[in-house]
Amino acid sequence: MRGARHAGWAAAAAAGALAAAACGGGAAGPGPGVLSSSWGDPQNPLEPSNTNEVQGGKVLDMIFRGLKRYNPRTGAAENMLAERIETPDSRNFTITVKDGWTFSNGEAVTARSFVDAWNYGASLKNNQKNAYFFGYIQGYDKVHPETGAQTADTLSGLRVTGPRTFTVRLNQKFSTFPDTLGYVAFSPLPRAFFDHHTDWVKKPVGNGPYLVRSYTRGFQMSLRKWEGYPGADRARNNGVDLKVYTDTNTAYTDLLAGNLDLVDDVPAPQLKFVKADLDGRYINAPAGIIQTLAFPYYDPRWDKPGLEKVRTGLSMAINRDQITDTIFHRTRTPASDWTSPVLGTDGGFKAGLCGAACTYDPGRAKKLVQEGGGLPGGQVRITYNADTGSHREWVDALCNSINNALGNDKACVGNPVGTFADFRNQIGQHKMQGPFRAGWQMDYPLIQNFLQPLYYTNASSNDGKWSNKGFDKLIDRANAESDRVRAVRLFQQAEAVVRDNMAAIPLWYQNGSAGYTQRLSHVALNPFSVPVYNEIRVG
Amino acid sequence: MGRYVARRLLQMIPVFVGATLLIFLMVNVMGDPIAGLCGERSCDPATAAQLRREFGLDKPLWQQYATYMGNVFTGDFGTAFNGQKVTELMATAFPVTIRLTVVAILFEIVIGIVLGVVTGLRRGRPVDTGVLLLTLVVISVPTFVTGLLLQLLLGVQWDWIRPSVSPDATFGELIVPGLVLASVSLAYVTRLTRTTIAENKRSDYVRTALAKGLPRRRVITRHLLRNSLIPVVTFIGTDIGALMGGAIVTERIFNIHGVGYQLYQGILRHNTQTVVGFVTVLVLVFLVANLLVDLLYAVLDPRIRYA
Repeated sequence: MRGARHAGWAAAAAAGALAAAACGGGAAGPGPGVLSSSWGDPQNPLEPSNTNEVQGGKVLDMIFRGLKRYNPRTGAAENMLAERIETPDSRNFTITVKDGWTFSNGEAVTARSFVDAWNYGASLKNNQKNAYFFGYIQGYDKVHPETGAQTADTLSGLRVTGPRTFTVRLNQKFSTFPDTLGYVAFSPLPRAFFDHHTDWVKKPVGNGPYLVRSYTRGFQMSLRKWEGYPGADRARNNGVDLKVYTDTNTAYTDLLAGNLDLVDDVPAPQLKFVKADLDGRYINAPAGIIQTLAFPYYDPRWDKPGLEKVRTGLSMAINRDQITDTIFHRTRTPASDWTSPVLGTDGGFKAGLCGAACTYDPGRAKKLVQEGGGLPGGQVRITYNADTGSHREWVDALCNSINNALGNDKACVGNPVGTFADFRNQIGQHKMQGPFRAGWQMDYPLIQNFLQPLYYTNASSNDGKWSNKGFDKLIDRANAESDRVRAVRLFQQAEAVVRDNMAAIPLWYQNGSAGYTQRLSHVALNPFSVPVYNEIRVG
Repeated sequence: MGRYVARRLLQMIPVFVGATLLIFLMVNVMGDPIAGLCGERSCDPATAAQLRREFGLDKPLWQQYATYMGNVFTGDFGTAFNGQKVTELMATAFPVTIRLTVVAILFEIVIGIVLGVVTGLRRGRPVDTGVLLLTLVVISVPTFVTGLLLQLLLGVQWDWIRPSVSPDATFGELIVPGLVLASVSLAYVTRLTRTTIAENKRSDYVRTALAKGLPRRRVITRHLLRNSLIPVVTFIGTDIGALMGGAIVTERIFNIHGVGYQLYQGILRHNTQTVVGFVTVLVLVFLVANLLVDLLYAVLDPRIRYA
C-alpha cells in the first residue's frame, strides 16, 4: 500500500499546484474605464516616419494627430490641425496650423514641429522606412539620393514662414497632396524627439488624445486619456492597455475567458464559431486592403505581347465567390476593380470596373488562355509565404479552380516560401517565375494610393516591374488635375489600362475583423482595420 | 577533478565555435535580413543600402562572423532590428524561460521519479499498468494539443487559471505551462525510473540490505534509488537545454514572452542578431548542463572518479 500512498501524494501536489495557479486569475480591467486590447510587437521603433505596419500604426494613431485626419467612418480627409491649406497651382501649398494645440508635454505645436519632422523623415541618414512619402517635395533627391551620400540635410521645398504657417513646394503637380497629409508619417514631432531621442523612443510623446504611461518593449503598452487634449475627438474611456500576443488564437482564448476586452484580428480557424462565441459582439467591416496576384514582367516569358489574354483567362478561371465563401467565411469580398470599397464611389471605387474579366467563366477562360499561346512553360506556379495568414488554403483552392477550368490537373500549383522575409527577399531579387501573392494595404484613402505605388513605372511597390506609358501619362494628368471629380475619372481611366492589360489579377477585398467583451460598447473599425479606440466606452 | 573540469571546459571551445558558426551560416542562408526588416513594402534602394552598411551586411560572411564573435566576447550581442540591444532582450526573456524550465524540471523530478519508483516496485500490478498507459497517452499526444486542451478546459471552461501568462510570469502562473512543457519528458522519466528500479530491485546489494534487516524505506531511498538514478539524471540534465530552447510551442500557446518567443520573432523577421545571440547562449547552457550532469555521476556513484 506504500506505493499507492505515494501516488496519492503526487495527485495531491498536482491539485494543490492548480489551486495555487487559480489564485492568479482575476478581473481583466486594470482600472475603471480602462480597456485591454490585443497587440503585436511593432517591427520598428515607434517613429512616425519609420512605422509602415499596422501594429505600430495603431499606437501612433492614438498618440498623434496630423494636419488632416481620415474620418473613421467615411474615410474622408478632414482638417485636424490644419486651419487651411491653400494652393494656386496644385504645386505650391501654404499651410496654416490651428492655434492652441500642444504636445502632451506642454510644448506648442507650430509650423516648425511639422517641418522638422518631415525633414527628419526624408533624410537618408535617419533610415526612415516611410521616407518615400516625402518624395513629392522639392529637394528630396538631395536629402535622399538613390545612390551616394546626401548633399543636403533639409528639403528645399519646405519653408517656415511664420509661427503657424509654412509653405510646401512639390517637384510636380499633385492636386490631392493635402489629402495625403493624414498619413502618420506627416505627424508633427516635439523637440524632445530630436533632443532626447533615445528617451523619446522608450516613451513616445505626441499630441493625440492618449499619452503613453508606460511601455515595456515586447510586452505591453499602457495608454491613458490625456485630460488636456484640445481636440474634439477626445477619448471616451480612461485608457487602453495594449498587450502583445504572439498568437492571435491565444488572444481570442483570452477574450473568451474575459481576460482581454478587444481583439482586432479574429484568427481564421475561429471564424466559423465567432458569431456563436461572442453573441453578436463581432465586427466584420471593409478595410482598405486588396489582395491580388502580381506577375513578374522582368521575366520575358511573362512580358510577351498577347499574354494579357492568358492573364485575363487566368482571372476568369478563378471562382472568387466560392473561395471567399468557403475559405474566408465572407471576411473577404470578391474584387471587381483594383481599389477598395472603403474609398466610396465618390473616392474612385467602381464596382464592376473589371467587368467580365473578373467574372468566373471557365469556358471563356480556357479559350483565352489558348488564344494567348497557352501558359508560359505549360504551368503557373503561384508563389506565396506559408508562415502567416491562411495563404496555403486559398492558393490551393485557387489552383483547383484554375485546373478545373482549364481541364488540366497540372496547370497551376502552389509554390510556398518558408518565411515572409524570404518571400520579400526573392521578390526584391526578381526571382519570381510566375504569379505571386501581392497584398496592398492603403496608406491613405485615395484612389491614387491604390494605383500609383503599384503600377507606375518603377514605383516603390511595383514588385512585378510592370510598365505602361499610357498608364503613367494618365496618372500624371490625374495628379495635375485640380478638380477632384475629373481627377478621379482620370484615375479610373488609368485603372482601365490596368484592366485591359490585366497587369495584376484582383482577387478579393479584405475585411477587418474584431471581437469584444460585454464591458465595451461603441466599438468600430476604421478603414485601416484599426479599432477607433477613442470612441469606445467601457462599462 | 579540477583537471577534468579544465579539460572539459577546453573541449567546449571548439564545440562552441562550430555550433555558432553553423547557426550563423544557416541564418544567412535563410535570406536577406534587410528584406525582412523592411516588411511588406520593400525599402527604397538607398535606405536598404544604408541599412546594409550599418549592420555590416555588405561585408563578406567570414568577416561578419569574425566581427560578431569579437563583439560577443566583449559582451556585445548587437542590436535587434527594432532598435533594442540583444542583451536587453535576453535580460527580459531568459529569466522567464528559466522560471518556466525550473517549474518543468521540478515536475519531472517530483512526479516523474515518484511515479517511476511506485511502478517499478509494483511491476505488473494495476497501478503499474495504469501509469504505463497514461504515459503512453502523454507521449503520443503532441504538446500543442495538451497545451490547447488544458488552456481551454482550465482557462475558459472551468475558469481556474488565466489562459495567458501576464508579463510578470510568476511561478504561480507558470505551473500549467510548466506541466505542459514537462509532460512528454515526465512520461519518459517515469518509464526510465521504472525500468532501472525494477532491474536493480533484484540485485545482490538490495537483497543484502534487506537481509540485514534495514527498514524498507531506507533500502529504497539510500540503496535502490541512488543507484537507479544515474540514467535519469543524464536524461534530465540534457533535457534542461532542450526545454529552454524547445519551449517555442508552449510559450506561444500561453503567450509567454521568453526565449522561444524571441527566437520565433527573430526567425520570422530574419533578425540575424537576435537568433544567433539567443542560440549562442542556448549552446552554452547545453554545454554547461552536460558538464554538470557528468559531475553529478561522481556524487551519485562514489565508484566513479574523474582524474
